[in-house]
This record gives sequence, C-alpha cells and structure tokens, in this order.
Amino acid sequence: MSITAFLTDSTLCIGCKACEVACKEWNEIPEDGLKFTGRSYDNTQSLSATTWRHVKFVEAEPIPGFGGNSSDLNTWAFSSDVCKHCENAGCLEACPTGALVRTEFGGVYLQPDVCNGCAYCIVACPFGVVAKNDKDGRAFKCTFCYDRQKVGLPPACAKACPTESIMFGELDELRAKAQARLATLHERGMHDAELYDPIDTSVGGLHAMFIVRGDPATYNLPPDPEVPTTYLKDGWKSSAIASGLLLAGAILAFLGGRNGR
Amino acid sequence: MAGDLTPPFSDTDKEKRLILIRREAEQRGQLTPAGIQPLGAPFPRATPQTGYYGNPTLKEPQWKWEIPLYFFVGGAAGSSAVIATAAEWFGRDRELARHARWLAVGGSALSSVLLIKDLGRPERFLAMLRVFKPQSPMSMGSWILTAFASATAAASFVDLVRERYGESIPVSLAAAATKSVSTLFALPFSNYTGVLIGATAIPVWHRNIKTLPIHFGASGVQAAVSALELLGHDSNASLNALGIGSALWESWEGYQLEANFDPKLSPLKQGTSGWITRAGGVLSGPLPLALRLWAAFASPAKSKSIRRAAAISGLAGSLLTRYGWVMAGGVSARQTAGNAGVS
Repeated sequence: MSITAFLTDSTLCIGCKACEVACKEWNEIPEDGLKFTGRSYDNTQSLSATTWRHVKFVEAEPIPGFGGNSSDLNTWAFSSDVCKHCENAGCLEACPTGALVRTEFGGVYLQPDVCNGCAYCIVACPFGVVAKNDKDGRAFKCTFCYDRQKVGLPPACAKACPTESIMFGELDELRAKAQARLATLHERGMHDAELYDPIDTSVGGLHAMFIVRGDPATYNLPPDPEVPTTYLKDGWKSSAIASGLLLAGAILAFLGGRNGR
Repeated sequence: MAGDLTPPFSDTDKEKRLILIRREAEQRGQLTPAGIQPLGAPFPRATPQTGYYGNPTLKEPQWKWEIPLYFFVGGAAGSSAVIATAAEWFGRDRELARHARWLAVGGSALSSVLLIKDLGRPERFLAMLRVFKPQSPMSMGSWILTAFASATAAASFVDLVRERYGESIPVSLAAAATKSVSTLFALPFSNYTGVLIGATAIPVWHRNIKTLPIHFGASGVQAAVSALELLGHDSNASLNALGIGSALWESWEGYQLEANFDPKLSPLKQGTSGWITRAGGVLSGPLPLALRLWAAFASPAKSKSIRRAAAISGLAGSLLTRYGWVMAGGVSARQTAGNAGVS
C-alpha cells in the first residue's frame, strides 16, 4: 500500500468549513457545544475530541491589497488544521494499550474499542491534537478516514473541499507538489509563503503538511516539535541512578545501623 | 458545554461598556464605527508571539487528583518495599521489615485502585496488559506495578505462613524469591513516575527529565521513611539516615530549580502551582533535613518528637511535590502559544 498524505494549502482556503462539517457527518462525531468565544469569527478555536478538522480564521495586520478594501479591516487567512499523522508519532509511541496503530497507509489510527482513557497520548502529542472526551473518558482524534481509504476513497474532508485547498494523495507526490506550489506562490509575490513540514526535527516530517503565509507560529504550528521518546534515554538513565542510590543507601543505612547498635 | 451561549464577559465589564457608549454618544453625537462594536473589541490578532489568539498549542494534561496521589502513594510503597528487604536482610529488624512490607502491600493496592479510578472502569486496566511496550513509560509502569504488587503481596503471604508454621526450607526459599522480585520491581516503581511525566511534550516536565526520576525517587523515600516513623519506628537510626539522605537530595533539587532562570520553569515558581511546588520543596527538603540532623544529636526522648515532626513535614512535602509538578504541567501547557514553542 502506498503512503498517503494531506497537503493543506492555506492560500486556497476560503474558510467555508466544509471540511469540518464533512468530517463530523462522515465520522458521526457529536457536537462541540454552542460556545461564543467573543474573540473572532471562529468559535471552534482548536482541534478537540469532537473536532478532527478545524478551520483557523487567522486575522493579521492589514496588508494593502490583500484581504479587504479597508485599512481598518484585518487581513484574513484561513487554514484547515488536522492531526499531523507524524512520521515519528508521540501519541503512537506513548500509548500503553496498543490502541494507537500505524495503518498500511502510514496514518496514525486510534482504535476506540481498545483505548482505555489513560490520557498519556494527550501529553505526548507535540501538536496538541489528541484530546480526551470528558463524557466517556477516551481519547479521540482524526482517523485519516481509515475506513474510506480502505475502499480507495479519499478522506471526507478532502472530498468535500471545494477549492482543493485540502489535497490528498501519495506522500512523495504531495511533497513535490508542495515545492511546485511554493515556487508558483513566490513567483506571484507571496514571498512569505512556506511549507510547514518539520522534517529536520525528531518528528521526522508530517503526513499532513501545510502551506501557510508568514510565520507558522501564528497558526500555532510549533517551531520546535519533538517526539517525546527522545527524552526516554535520559529519563531511564536517571531512573537507574535513582534506583541504584536507593538500593545502596538502604543497604548501607541498615548495615551501619546494625553495627551501631 | 452544550447550550452555553454566555460570552466570557462579566456584568461589571458590560456595565462599564454602557458608560463608554453613553460618553461617546454625548461627545460625538454618534457611535463609531457604525453598527456593532462588540464588547472586547478590538479583537486580538493572531501573531507569531501570541499564536492563534493566544490559544495554547498543547493540550493540558487531563489527570485529576488521582494521578498525583498515585505518584505519592506509589513512590512511598516502592521505597517502603526496598526498606523492608534491607531492614530484614541487612538490619535484622524483622518488626520494621514487617511494617514496611505491609505498607508496600497497602500502597500498591491503593495505587491500583487510584489508577482504575482515573480510568473510570476496572476492566480498562486490563487493556494496559495487552501489550509490552518498552518505548511507552505508561506501559512499562503498568507492568512494573503489576509485578511489584503481586510479588510484594506474595512476600507478605510467605511471611504470614512463616509466622504461623515456623521456618522451613521451602518457606525460606519462597521468602527469598518473593522478596528479591519485590525489591527488583520496587526500585523502578519508586521513581519511574519521573520518567512518565518527563517523556512528554509538556515543556516544564521534559526540561527536567534528567532529574525528575531522582527527585521523585527521593520524594518517595522521604514519604516511606516518614510513614514508618509515624508507625512507631521513630528511634531507628537507619531510617533517620535514609531520611537525611533523601532530604539532602530534595534540598539540592530545590536549589537547582530555584537557581535555574529558564522561563519555561516558571510554573514551578509562580502562581498556585509554583507555590505548591515550593512549599513541597521546603517541607521535604531543608525543614526535615534540619530536624533530622537535630534529632540525630538530641537526647533519645526529645529525638522521637523531633523525628515525628520531621515525618509529618516529609509526608506533606512529598504529597505537595507531586501535586505541584502535575499542576505545573497544566500551566506549562497553557504557555505554549505561537513561537513560545513546545520544547
């Protein structure tokens, strides 16, 4: 099976939230609650246990000729966020039950019937994607529409996207496509367009890449994601030292105590 | 959550807004801009500094009170089992060994109960034993807990048999085997929780991965020693020596944290989480250290009461330390917006 991926091009996103709706309907995810944030037109705010695609409404400083006619109006950019399906996935490594698995398409799939709600994947994800459903205690995240991919269909969000901002295809092809798209954008004067795919970090690249304008940090795409397994060696070394100290300390204390009595 | 349409503004804010609207209308004869200027405007913009409207990049740890309490109980139980074996084999103090072993049995049982409470349903714990996964500290911890709890309970059972039917070769062999296995798993069980929270994406935790297991290990020793002293072993010099050792380490750890001005460590020093961690540090570090050193040189009668005070301080300190660190993880997760980053 080929390794599949998403390439989400923010410069093509019109903020219609069709992907969010398509995702909810296909996967039958419950509502998030009607919450008014009072801060922006985006009331969903972030990915959660009940939101596996989330369109960010990114308002930035007005740029003349881009994003509206008035100098008072913010420039808008939209970007549809999703689970990154990391090459080295923190959640997958951390899961103690084997509920999180790597599928034949290279995605990271959470089996809800195996998940026991330990919530360790939530602190292991460097992108803040996996979330706990407070109602039943288990963790949930994007499935990469494993069921649809199994029968050769594209994920629901990619199928519903009207501008092909969400592209779905083979990972290598999409990486090449992203570079071609960036070249086009730069040619058109969008010199701040870049690809977010932290391939040089321990995460080792994403199966859901993003083309954004400006600093990816504005979109809460962290500049420095690391898969937490990189800290394991130091941790177990420290644990071994602590164990050694305790054993030696206890033996010495009681040997010394016996002689002293 | 559902149906909650209340915007995050208080009535006081809304009252102030009425005054502003009236003032603007009085002065200008109209309100600008035309139409609605919502309360809270101008809205924050998304910037690299604030990230997406100041929303944190990371999700907060979802653990409630059960998990830090488990860290405390588990740490004490693991250390207690090591003390039991050392007291029996090297200190020839069977009374202390028996008490310490029962403390370990009770602690490991309570640990399982707390974990199951956190998961919600008992059978969910069984899912932990589906796989053996060295790269997951949660998986390793579950196996270590299972092995430790079983071996320690078996060791206590063998002790009961020995008390009732007397010493015999099979009983001695069983005692040696169960106690060795119990001690072997007690050692990592007393400190693996440091690896558990250290090997995560939460900045304040993974930045301390090199010291957290030793810190939590020392905290567990402090708690075990304190609990045994309160159970009546308050004149045992070996326990006081272990108490001094762990309090010395906790003082050093506290100094290291205070001397480190890394802004990502601020949840350990500021706000509620900071003050809980600091209080825990003082109560399990310098205070019991001073009291225990004093007790070592005081008259036997006075020494007992000083050590009981040190024990209470040590127990409270160990408990606060675990709560402080877990709470600090939540604060740290909230500080990851934009280019503040996650590492």
